[in-house]
Amino acid sequence: MNCVPVNPALQGRAYPPTEPYLVGREKVREFARAVFATNPINLDPVAARAAGHADVVAPPTFPIVVQERTLTQLLSDSDAGIDFGRVVHGDQRFEYSRAIVAGDELTAQLTVTEVKTLGGNSMVTAATAISDASGQHVVTATSTLVVRGED
Amino acid sequence: MPTTTPDLNALVVGDEVAHAEHLITRDSLVRYAGASGDFNPIHYRDDIAEFVGLPGVLAHGMLTMGIAIQTVVDWVGDPSRVVDYQVRFTRPVVVDRNDGTTLTVSAKAAVVEAENNRARIDVIATVDGRTVLGKAQAWVSFA
Repeated sequence: MNCVPVNPALQGRAYPPTEPYLVGREKVREFARAVFATNPINLDPVAARAAGHADVVAPPTFPIVVQERTLTQLLSDSDAGIDFGRVVHGDQRFEYSRAIVAGDELTAQLTVTEVKTLGGNSMVTAATAISDASGQHVVTATSTLVVRGED
Repeated sequence: MPTTTPDLNALVVGDEVAHAEHLITRDSLVRYAGASGDFNPIHYRDDIAEFVGLPGVLAHGMLTMGIAIQTVVDWVGDPSRVVDYQVRFTRPVVVDRNDGTTLTVSAKAAVVEAENNRARIDVIATVDGRTVLGKAQAWVSFA
């Protein structure tokens, strides 16, 4: 099978918003333990409320769980021309308007913000805006994917 | 449990504010795979890692990123104070099947913006003395 190059027309493309993701308290705890978080605000609703939060607060990298659904949209879009087997995660960023807490219902929408070619590889930057049930921005999760060219 | 927020005005650029070492084992990778939903087998199967030409089973980049920021969270006392966090994945973290690998994290004050009630903390994450994350920067709010 030929290696299809990344479609340059991908830049600026937006995918449909995902179905709402309900952030569960046990999911936050499970994720927190998996990234070695020990802060009680991540784990204990009483401690979280004492610190002024509605419920346990998700660790800073938790949005990847929600963002992943949008990256799947991008990677499974045959017109995008991204061969998953050649993808390496280059950069990652999370820019918050507010922290994620258990009980949030989050919707994510990915936009391809940049496609460029560098030394035979393609670099695809995708920004996923994550909003709550009232439509307010919560966090933007941005990934740069390096798609290796032909060997 | 009340936590004490560090004093922004006492921060000196260049100072190390926190330091930690974390042992990442194969168990850690399986746990993270389950928690995150990233079941790429290069993070738990030696044969597949070898088949695709990797030096061994690798930690998820997002796991390394997620562990590295905990040092900052523990220092600032509340995870919600981390308002912006970015990294570049510059070197794979190979996790030995028996001994795991130790991730060393040092957090340093890089920029202090007292007028905006925030500081940029840079994270230096190393394995065997070599950095594994580039441009690892976290903006922390003291508001």
